[in-house]
Amino acid sequence: MISRQLLIASAVLLIAVLGMSVYVWHMRRTAARIPAVAKDTRPLAPPVAGPTEQVTLFVAYDDDGTLRAEGAQIPLPSGRQQRAEELLRALLTIYLDKNSPHVIPPGSDVRSVYLVDPGVAVIDLNSAFADAHRSGVLVEELTVASLIHTVSANIPGVVKVKILVDGQQRDTLAGHASLTNFYDVSAMNALVATLGTPSSVGP
Amino acid sequence: MSAILIILFFTLLLPAATPEKHLSVYSTAANYTLPLTLVDNRDYVGLLELLEPLGAVTAKADGSRWRIRYNNVLGDFQNSRIRGRIQGRDVELTGRFVLENGRGLVPVSSIPSLLPRFLGGPVTLHEDSHRLFIGSVATHFTALLTSHNPARLVFHFTSPVNPAITNSPGSVRMTFTREPVVAPASPTLTFGNKTIPSANYSENNGAAVITVTATTPVSTAISGDGRTITIAPAAVASQPTAPETPTSKATAPQPGAAATQSLPEIGRRYFVVIDASHGGDDRGEALGPNLAEKDVTLGLARSLKQEIESRGMTTLMLRDSDASIPLDQRATITDASHAAIYVVLHAASSGHGVRVYTALLPYDGDDVGPFRAWSTAQHGALSLSQSAGAAVLAELQKRQIPDRLLAAPLRPLNNITLPAIAVEVAPQGSDVQQLTAPDYQQLVTSAVATAIAAIHDQLGVTR
Repeated sequence: MISRQLLIASAVLLIAVLGMSVYVWHMRRTAARIPAVAKDTRPLAPPVAGPTEQVTLFVAYDDDGTLRAEGAQIPLPSGRQQRAEELLRALLTIYLDKNSPHVIPPGSDVRSVYLVDPGVAVIDLNSAFADAHRSGVLVEELTVASLIHTVSANIPGVVKVKILVDGQQRDTLAGHASLTNFYDVSAMNALVATLGTPSSVGP
Repeated sequence: MSAILIILFFTLLLPAATPEKHLSVYSTAANYTLPLTLVDNRDYVGLLELLEPLGAVTAKADGSRWRIRYNNVLGDFQNSRIRGRIQGRDVELTGRFVLENGRGLVPVSSIPSLLPRFLGGPVTLHEDSHRLFIGSVATHFTALLTSHNPARLVFHFTSPVNPAITNSPGSVRMTFTREPVVAPASPTLTFGNKTIPSANYSENNGAAVITVTATTPVSTAISGDGRTITIAPAAVASQPTAPETPTSKATAPQPGAAATQSLPEIGRRYFVVIDASHGGDDRGEALGPNLAEKDVTLGLARSLKQEIESRGMTTLMLRDSDASIPLDQRATITDASHAAIYVVLHAASSGHGVRVYTALLPYDGDDVGPFRAWSTAQHGALSLSQSAGAAVLAELQKRQIPDRLLAAPLRPLNNITLPAIAVEVAPQGSDVQQLTAPDYQQLVTSAVATAIAAIHDQLGVTR
């Protein structure tokens, strides 16, 4: 003989289980209706807040093969290394935009920038940046010049720059621009002046 | 009577003296040699033995039927039948399949159609010489005659080699059985030197042979991890090796190439070093679905060579085939050549027209005493390089080709001690196929050649 209390308890538990099942089914349907957010391959937004500063970014344009100075307002931390990293992230954000004048691979990012006295800057890029970078003398040179000049123009005292990929030295960026040596900032300044001028004869 | 006996003796002896035929196989997995069997006056090879060093293989004879499994690929053949099946699809042999004591034999000439079906990749058979190359394994070589007195002949190989070397009066013979050495553009290389007048490349019975003729006794030394072989008169062999200065160039290997280069006389230096960038595994930019930068640069280099030589100047092509030459080696050969100018050719799909580059020298690399820093070796010649670049630019503008003169961090420009420029050719419009058009190539290379001819005297001063 089953007691009355046991029957009532069993019935309450059964109702609770059924109710929870309905609730879970409803929640799953609701979750399925919410559209999935597309994977954003842009680098993370600058993790700094507060007042923004006026900086000059040197942006590459593939159409006419030039490097142009463009002003930007971005929040910058006080540390020199962090400032350099945020400058380059702001530059890469422009290149990763769908209307970029100089397309770089999705997922490209700056891992770190190390500023070592006296006057040495080491830019460490991630492998997504270099592995799928477009190949060609000019297209690679524009990338390298853009990165180096953006750092040297905004961070005083940098005289030579080294570019690493995933913390390692590479022979070239994508088969042409050499990454084996330190770049001379003064030589790069002269190159940037030349890169400001497009071809001598129009296509 | 005695004459008949002698003839009979040689008749019996000759078949025994015929060397056994071999097939040499070169692959990334292994290099090996297999004996060949003569059937119906054709050379046959065991299919099981051929595949065994390349992967997991089993074979089973069942009456006149012979089945072979290589990895997951199944082959099915019948004795005396020309047609077999691989993975359920027919394959036709060039002669009947032979089942002999449980061994399945196929004609050697069937290998190019048969083996790719098992391996899934291309093979190249040198049928006459019984040499089989599986994949891109070829070892290329260059030969340079130094300007020392007496001269040395230096062979540079793209992979280490260890040939059997036999010295005999008047020649040195290097036999490569285990190494996939392939032919240069011209099988006969002449150097115009009295001591070492020429070298000849040949292939026979599974081996490649380089025979160097020499009028005096010579010695041979292997160095550079087996990549360099130096042949020198025996009297100078023990002397310390000084930096080599090539004055005669031999190969830029080109299997199947129609064009061969006339080689300069001893003591005559090259005026222009032409470098087709990339090559081998380094394809450069993928300009199109089936168009690699390395192929376009080779076409441009050949066109430039023709344009320069038609203006009476001598050239040295660093690459005249799909060879992979390290950047350091390109620079070393160029610097040793003491030529007047170095021109490296690139191609690009982006932008329009032609970009001319000089070296963007890196920060580091200070000279130490008399030693010049490798990374900034171009320093002393940079102003002349810029003059050469400006001259090329002027000629391009005359031809209405969009152009620019820039510095670029492009190796090996910074390692070259002589005037050095890079020429990057892009299409004038959006059609990248223009890069392969002979008329466009000639338009660009004639401008470069005319510019070099225009500053010939200025460049000649530095030599």
